[in-house]
Amino acid sequence: MTPEVITVTHGVVGYGDRPVLRDVTLTVTAGEVVAVLGANGSGKSTLIRAILGLVPLSAGAVTLFGRPVRRFRQWQRVGYVPQRLGAGGGVPATVGEVVAAGRLARRGILRPPGRVDRAAVAEALDAVGLADRAKDPVATLSGGQQQRTLIARALAGRPELLILDEPTAGVDAASQEAFAGALRDFTSGGGTVLLVAHELGPLRSVIGRAIVVHQGFVVHDGAVPEPAGDHAAPDHDHVHPHGPEEPAGLWSTP
Amino acid sequence: MSLFRYEYMQLALASALIIGLTAPALGIYLVQRRLALIGDGIGHVALTGVGAGLLFQTSPVIMAVVVATIGAVVIELIRERGRTSGDLALALLFYGGIAGGVVLVGLSDSTSSNLNAYLFGALSTASRTDVATIAVLGTAILIAMIGLRPALFAVCHDEEYARVSGLPVRTLNLLLAVTTAITVTIAMRAVGVLLISALMVVPVATAQQVTRGFRSTMAAAMALGLFAGGAGIWMAALADTAPGASVVVLAIASFVAVTLLAGAWRRFRRSRPQPAPPPEPHEVVLGGS
Repeated sequence: MTPEVITVTHGVVGYGDRPVLRDVTLTVTAGEVVAVLGANGSGKSTLIRAILGLVPLSAGAVTLFGRPVRRFRQWQRVGYVPQRLGAGGGVPATVGEVVAAGRLARRGILRPPGRVDRAAVAEALDAVGLADRAKDPVATLSGGQQQRTLIARALAGRPELLILDEPTAGVDAASQEAFAGALRDFTSGGGTVLLVAHELGPLRSVIGRAIVVHQGFVVHDGAVPEPAGDHAAPDHDHVHPHGPEEPAGLWSTP
Repeated sequence: MSLFRYEYMQLALASALIIGLTAPALGIYLVQRRLALIGDGIGHVALTGVGAGLLFQTSPVIMAVVVATIGAVVIELIRERGRTSGDLALALLFYGGIAGGVVLVGLSDSTSSNLNAYLFGALSTASRTDVATIAVLGTAILIAMIGLRPALFAVCHDEEYARVSGLPVRTLNLLLAVTTAITVTIAMRAVGVLLISALMVVPVATAQQVTRGFRSTMAAAMALGLFAGGAGIWMAALADTAPGASVVVLAIASFVAVTLLAGAWRRFRRSRPQPAPPPEPHEVVLGGS
């Protein structure tokens, strides 16, 4: 049996009185590439943050590599790619310095970086095609290049599980295509991937399974759903009127 | 250089140089976390400690270290928890701190000129023991700030990522808060409590006009702090001005000078014909598929 990398059992998360995740159960096993899909505000990013232990569950349980996330300590096995570079950065930092932060989980805070660390950083920068930008300030990079910097930071730690929050949002199609290739390389080495997306685009061929989150519930867990009608058209602008209508029969009582 | 034949001048110079080197090494993390004013706030809180020390006839510096450390830890815990109310809570702490200090000094037998020395620094107040304390604590802070640079950089740059890397985020944040409190208070006799935070921030702001990375910014800011500390004391002795104010005036002057020079350099570079940049492979460089 393939080991379970992520499990969420009846997970509930609320901000204040407002429930964001109402009842989420899912399992990701080793080697899978799973996409969490859903409209903006569906709770998919909150799901990722709950899995990483960044927001507390008000009910239910999350495990990473078989351990409850609260007691999980082997963070070097997890590579996290946030949606964008945080606001932190009143001071300039080079691409190399940002990517080097990806080695801390493996090295610990007291040991100074060594040859292995430098080699891993160089390799990760190479994998995303930014080797020649290592000494440039991150702020001078384009949005797509900054996103690649964050992916390199996660890869530098040589993780077994990659968790990505909207990795392709606002990134041009060519870069998304290349990013799909990098994901394929990562999974062919036995890696597990969980990513959040609003739309899959070129990533579609890499994804093995899709979990659709709607209003805090999992409404679909299985094959990647076919985009409906003009959804698939490249000029579709993805404006979703969120009305009271629900996908009847999936979880609501008719 | 005959000014420095007096021992009190040598002591003042030594403490200003140590602070000039230490304050930016710590301040760069505060600037990165967009908490540039936190040193000033902790300085306000430390004044209550000075007041308590003067009132109870104990060492004002030790009382200030204690009160400022407690204040810094409280501020950090508020920052960690609160999202919106943190700003107001900080304001309350700052005003409470300075008001408490002034009231306590008023209750004690000290005169207001005594408080002035803590606010703006005084050349003659540094004793050998003071300088020894500044040297020991300053060295410890420097070692921590340089030795823990990768971890502190990660926490200040992207706190959530640091958390997911398994870093002891709260411990590192508290370490920064406590070292800020200690730096502010050990320096207050030499530079003055209200102006020490300027030495944490201004050299960093100056350095980042011309640097490209975090490490180079840190090194340049420390060099600038060292210069401002040394030259400021010399100017204070020469012109008989308050040492803290002199140090900060020099630090700000370097900021203005570097900003103007960097602007002029950029214009000069732009006015020269540049070789066409190699065509950027349009975001397609990720490993092939």
